[in-house]
Amino acid sequence: MLDQMEGSRAVAEAVALCRPQVICAYPISPQTHIVEALGEMVKSGRLGGCEFINVESEFAAMSVAIGACAAGARAYTATASQGLLFMVEALYNAAGLGLPIVMTVANRAIGAPINIWNDHGDAMSQRDCGWIQLFAETNQEALDLHIQAFRLAEELSVPVMVCMDGFILTHAFERVDIPEARQVDAYLPAYEPRQVLDVHEPVSIGAMVGPEAFMEVRYLAHAKQMMALERIPEYALGFREIFGRDAGGLVRGYRSEDAEIVVVALGSVLGTIKDVIDELREAGIRAGVLGICCFRPWPMEAVREALRDARCVVVLEKSLAVGIGGIVATNVRTALAGFAVAVHAVIAGLGGRAITRSSLAAMVRAGVDGSLPALGFLDLDRAVVERALERERRTRRSGPIAENVLRDIGVVAARIA
Amino acid sequence: MSVAAQKRYTAKDFKSAVKPIWCPGCGDYAVLNALAKALAELGRPPEEIAIVSGIGCSSRIPAYTSVYGFHGVHGRALPLATGLKLARPDLTVIVTGGDGDGFSIGGNHFLHACRRNVDLTYVVMDNQVFGMTKGQASPTTPPDWEGSKLTPEGTGVNPFQPLAIGLAAGANFVARCFSGDPNNMAAILLEGIRHPGFSLIQVLSPCITFRPEQMEWKRVVRTAPVDFTEDAARAARRLMTDDGFNVGKVLYRGSRPAYAHERPARATSLAELEREFSL
Ligand SMILES: Cc1ncc(C[n+]2csc(CCOP(=O)(O)OP(=O)(O)O)c2C)c(N)n1
Ligand code: SF4
Repeated sequence: MLDQMEGSRAVAEAVALCRPQVICAYPISPQTHIVEALGEMVKSGRLGGCEFINVESEFAAMSVAIGACAAGARAYTATASQGLLFMVEALYNAAGLGLPIVMTVANRAIGAPINIWNDHGDAMSQRDCGWIQLFAETNQEALDLHIQAFRLAEELSVPVMVCMDGFILTHAFERVDIPEARQVDAYLPAYEPRQVLDVHEPVSIGAMVGPEAFMEVRYLAHAKQMMALERIPEYALGFREIFGRDAGGLVRGYRSEDAEIVVVALGSVLGTIKDVIDELREAGIRAGVLGICCFRPWPMEAVREALRDARCVVVLEKSLAVGIGGIVATNVRTALAGFAVAVHAVIAGLGGRAITRSSLAAMVRAGVDGSLPALGFLDLDRAVVERALERERRTRRSGPIAENVLRDIGVVAARIA
Repeated sequence: MSVAAQKRYTAKDFKSAVKPIWCPGCGDYAVLNALAKALAELGRPPEEIAIVSGIGCSSRIPAYTSVYGFHGVHGRALPLATGLKLARPDLTVIVTGGDGDGFSIGGNHFLHACRRNVDLTYVVMDNQVFGMTKGQASPTTPPDWEGSKLTPEGTGVNPFQPLAIGLAAGANFVARCFSGDPNNMAAILLEGIRHPGFSLIQVLSPCITFRPEQMEWKRVVRTAPVDFTEDAARAARRLMTDDGFNVGKVLYRGSRPAYAHERPARATSLAELEREFSL
């Protein structure tokens, strides 16, 4: 059924269709609308057979989800930014125990400095904790990925994070196609846990494993993610059969087949990039796009196949790995080891900085004419940076960085905190 | 004592130029005013005071004052302030925040801050709701409040009793006041700041936007019928029959020495230091 609604509501509808049995919630922007919508559905009886629990923190939310899932329930929660960071210990725990929890991450910057706007710093910080990470490009895809996520998680007994851009997607009103319950039921089998509370075989979950087997248990987590690389394209195909549209998969190219320069990105910015690519194509530049939908597991082969024939690859990243630069670009370089393809990392959109078409077009043109550095920062105000560095050179007691920078550019700190 | 400390201060000296962005009518405006007034009466210069907070509407207070401020992450104000106080015991350290920040995500630290009894003053602006994230139930929300979509049938769980829990955990000074009575609030804040050890002050501070019914509080609150006690057991008994609206008085004044005071003073001269190490 086609309907106009907020991205958060669309995700809540999808989650409800997956019939979770336990939902844990702790509010944090820009995720809160999702769990609020689910809370209302539970109250109204639309979402039956579900325990909705308001907890005291994200650490509690993930821990409650772990307990519920270990007892055999389909469990869901959502968070963002600081909230994701606060639950880190539990994230590793869920992954290590192989508990198929599904969680939405409404991507938001992490502080300090305090910032509520979108970038991918939160999810990227957890890329190696053992959760599968899927990134949605549109609200429709966010909705669809949740349905796929439950299937994937439960088939492999691995937790899955569905990442969607905070505000840009969560708060945008768009037309989405809400599936029928019978379609979802046909796609997503009832959850049959690998581990259940069994009176005939009571076990204690959470064993201590020493050097004799720790490596093997960890390797199994990796092996399962490698299996996910096969399942994800299969499930995307199966999804199309039932729902009649494309969603998910590992990577998605756009005009990339014959492209000499390819821009790689994740999430909602792909839409803007495609528009820019269309313009550049008209200007005679053979440019294309590669969208990464599945970031963990890293689709090494698919990325290699898609990019090996390009001359130049520009990875546009909404997060910064301080001390090295690009995270996605580092992964892309690994995929292209041995191929003569120049890979550039361009950090963009941190803390909600607008990523404009004109800047993107200039970036691609720089890639074409060879003037793009290995690591670039889109629309970084170098004068502001230089001023801060100069202050630190001049005086030992230079004071707090963020407050100084805000003063330099004429903004009062507390107004935006 | 520094020369500046001789100066007579007014509340204005403790406010910054930043205009608060709280909703018109928010109880926190009065808390800011009362705090500035209490600090003026304390008589220490702004640079000898630090205010630490976490995240929430109430946690914005440091930016609105002229003293040292620290705006930390959600729920971590108390341990952060503990570190600050240990590094600079000469400063007057005040912690400000909301019921969500302090009792929900930061609840664990609250217990241990009371236990540890570091010389801090903790001012909790209790509006029984998460204001900043737009109106969800907090630990102090009554169980039948149906105003949030996260708990549309009410939380159904017993509210957290900050003063009883603080007392049980070892807070050395416990008081409750109402943001609708700023003069009384300023007096209690000052007393709490002067009292050694961990002072817990709960301020009933209405959230006009998400709990408009709290406007009624000004009719509901009453001046507590009895004066403070130095007997923790008696204070606890009083709290057992308390409905949460007895305000305007200190409930408990303890005499446990503050954390730092229990440690031997640091040697001030080389000779002294040598003596400490001699066998
Ligand atoms: C780790 C983390 N989780 C969630 C949030 C979102 N958040 C910001 S303030 C807040 C609660 C605020 O409530 P309270 O402390 O009572 O302060 P008030 O706004 O009512 O003054 C929450 C949940 C956050 N900033 N960080
Ligand atoms: S939302 Fe409530 S607590 Fe926050 S500023 Fe407005 S009235 Fe005050």
